[in-house]
Amino acid sequence: MIGNLDTTTLQNLWWFICSALGALFIFLTFVQGGQTMLFTLASTAEEKSLLVNSLGRKWELTFTTLVVFGGAMFAAFPLFYATSFGGAYWVWVSILFTFIVQAVSYEYRSKPGNLLGTGTYDLFLFINGSVGILLIGAAVGTFFSGSNFSLNAMNQVTWQHPLRGLEAAFSLFNLSLGLFLVFHARTMGALYLANNIDHKVLHRRAHNAVLINFAISLPFLLFVLVRLVTMQGFGVDPVSGTVALTDGKYLANLLSLPVIPAFLLVGLILVIGGVVVNGLQGKKNGIWLAGLGTVLVGLAIFFTAGYNNTSFYPSKIDLASSLTIRNASSSHYTLTVMSYVALAVPFVVAYIFYFWRLMDMKKISMAELSGEQAKELY
Amino acid sequence: MLETANLTMVNWARAQFALTAMYHWLFVPLTLGLSFLVAFFETWYVKTGNEDWKRLTKFWMTLFGINFAIGVATGIILEFEFGTNWSNYSWMVGDIFGAPLAIEGIFAFFLEASFFAVMFFGWDRVSAKMHLFSTWMVAIGSNLSAVWILVANGWMQHPVGMHFNPDMARFEMQSFAEIVFSPVAVSKFTHTTSSAFLLASLFVIAVSAWFLLKGRHLEMAKKSILAASVFGLLSSGLVAFTGDEAAFTNAHDQPMKLAAFEGLYKGQKNAGLVAMGVINPDKKPGDSAAPFLFEVRLPGLLSLLANRQTGSFVPGIDDLVYGNAPENIVGVTQKMERGRQAIHQLQMYQQAKKAGDASAAATALAAFTPEQDFLGYGYLLTPEEAVPPVGLTFYSFHVMVILGTILPLVCLLFLIFTYNDTIREKKWLLWAGIFSLFLAHVAHQAGWIVAEVGRQPWAIQGLLPVTVARSNLTTGTVQTTFFLFLALFTTLLLAEIRIMLGQIKRGPEEA
Repeated sequence: MIGNLDTTTLQNLWWFICSALGALFIFLTFVQGGQTMLFTLASTAEEKSLLVNSLGRKWELTFTTLVVFGGAMFAAFPLFYATSFGGAYWVWVSILFTFIVQAVSYEYRSKPGNLLGTGTYDLFLFINGSVGILLIGAAVGTFFSGSNFSLNAMNQVTWQHPLRGLEAAFSLFNLSLGLFLVFHARTMGALYLANNIDHKVLHRRAHNAVLINFAISLPFLLFVLVRLVTMQGFGVDPVSGTVALTDGKYLANLLSLPVIPAFLLVGLILVIGGVVVNGLQGKKNGIWLAGLGTVLVGLAIFFTAGYNNTSFYPSKIDLASSLTIRNASSSHYTLTVMSYVALAVPFVVAYIFYFWRLMDMKKISMAELSGEQAKELY
Repeated sequence: MLETANLTMVNWARAQFALTAMYHWLFVPLTLGLSFLVAFFETWYVKTGNEDWKRLTKFWMTLFGINFAIGVATGIILEFEFGTNWSNYSWMVGDIFGAPLAIEGIFAFFLEASFFAVMFFGWDRVSAKMHLFSTWMVAIGSNLSAVWILVANGWMQHPVGMHFNPDMARFEMQSFAEIVFSPVAVSKFTHTTSSAFLLASLFVIAVSAWFLLKGRHLEMAKKSILAASVFGLLSSGLVAFTGDEAAFTNAHDQPMKLAAFEGLYKGQKNAGLVAMGVINPDKKPGDSAAPFLFEVRLPGLLSLLANRQTGSFVPGIDDLVYGNAPENIVGVTQKMERGRQAIHQLQMYQQAKKAGDASAAATALAAFTPEQDFLGYGYLLTPEEAVPPVGLTFYSFHVMVILGTILPLVCLLFLIFTYNDTIREKKWLLWAGIFSLFLAHVAHQAGWIVAEVGRQPWAIQGLLPVTVARSNLTTGTVQTTFFLFLALFTTLLLAEIRIMLGQIKRGPEEA
């Protein structure tokens, strides 16, 4: 069946898959959000250890989702991979740095002889959760606000800004998106920790953190959404492929398919619902409501960036170089092969979910810190 | 057209890739092999219910975890480095190369990520059988990721299953099966993983030998040695078999690499294999200087290795660079001419297409098609550029082979004396066991130098030289990230070694 799909359908399908991975990643950044709260949420070393070990059982899923998002973009939209990574060099290298140090921090932080000391590894986790997420937000912001590159006839990229991608963080729109993601990750982190840890005092603090961080994230989200629907967008003429700045482009995109505003609206309601049941009613399952909500909002945002004849990686300085899901994609053959591979994704999601439940049935508690397992903890 | 680069920048980008890959490879072989050994130990525990095996499992698992974390940390940068430092490469072959990377993530990384947490923290959360299943899944996931990345590497060494699309000016996939089952990919995977199993076995032997020298954890050390030496020996057989296969595929798909690692300049019938030798540093392709200052040859063996036929002809560097008509070898000189034709016609084709001149486009395309396989050669400046650094490739190959011959003997001796229960008296062997871990690492690094330096100047063998594959970056930028990675990875490595030593000193728990 997949073999008979035309290129346009396959491109749309792969934008959907990449969007889903991106949206799942944003949900899973509750790990990063949690990492930024180690110093504030915990008041004793034991409490901190609970937080770290709770997050430490999930960090690899977030990390892997980011890597797979990169791999999927490489396989499906190689011109984006080449242009963005080779062009916006410093923003990506900076993001990667924060993930390199994250990868060792859990395992090394409490082991004797770790050279840098526990505090340094905890600082690494904080940097990953703050700087890392902020820069990812800024990079995603350029999907709408555009970048400074041009491509030659052989599709080789030249970046026209000396900061090579880091300049994205100096645009109000991109910065707001980045800050929103940071505080949203913190909201989600607190929701997750409240769900995962069995500890009364930490619960109370997590509930407060949910409310505070959500309140801080809200103005940034509103600013991003208002800008998004009022700003000019990079529209593509479906016949000629010419890219032009179009008024109200993203508003039109949001309304182009009924599913997009539905996802956005339901997603926002679910996030608010998660915050309310947790922060105000003291229940533990807010993470699932807000998590699903985050995924839906994420999907709506990525759909807005790529569908409806839009450039998903536009160039501000040379409109003709802008990337679309049509001109940046792999060949029909490769997209077909990869679509067969993607059939495995539901199974992967299923076993991840199954083992997640299995592991989380017993919540992490203080008893574990002194039990048989204590030596293996982070 | 494609710009070839400023060589300094390309060399820094190559150095950076070498740096990150070599650091990464300090940890990966241990992950690949130790994950299976841990799974064996745990299987034994579940089967017998003997708590000794559980303690043993947990001890090796802790070391596995420490090593795994830094493997992940050094690995993420490799995936993205294709984009950051080699963006033209990413575009020109992304249609083919991206797929295995994405598949690696979907099939392998998620397995590792999900089951790693169960393996380490699930002892009292899931049943014993479910825990064992998770440990096996981590082992399988780790090795599956090796499959896919080595398929990708195998394709770079011997590009198959694709064609050049002149409209997009890129290579596109034509047969996924050809890429996955390419003999080069298969031999790359089997040779690399089996040698990783050998290294991991030597790690277990080295740590256990230290316990025996210290008179600690004697029973657990002996159990570990028995399992590891059997695993190491079995793997060694596979290493030798697949190594022979790798040399055979090299001879056909990358004859220049074979000539370089043997220091063979003038092709010969019934060519001898150099057992050891000292390369003449002043020797240049095409001159009449002797290639070696000193060498010991095993007559006829290179012909056998390369063609599985005694007396057969093995081309040397000079034959490959300048051609050899009687042996039907087209030289680089000729290939460069055809490559320049290909570049020129491709340019003509694109210009004609832009101008809407269909007939001129058709003419240019017709002229381009027969020359397209030589496209990459058109970017070389001199024929000699097609010769990789001979000395480095030669010494690395010979170090790898010599160590690959010695190390299985270490496993064998450990097996015999542990079986006889006289191993504690053999102090010299225990020290040799510890030292052999270091040698195994040297062999692994040398192996990658043969594979990667030996195919220079190509990012994709014969199709895309590194000078074209690069990103558009300044030398200073690449230098900066080089030193950042050097500092970061060195710090993390030192931390890793200290943590490992601390955990080893603490040893497994005793009943």
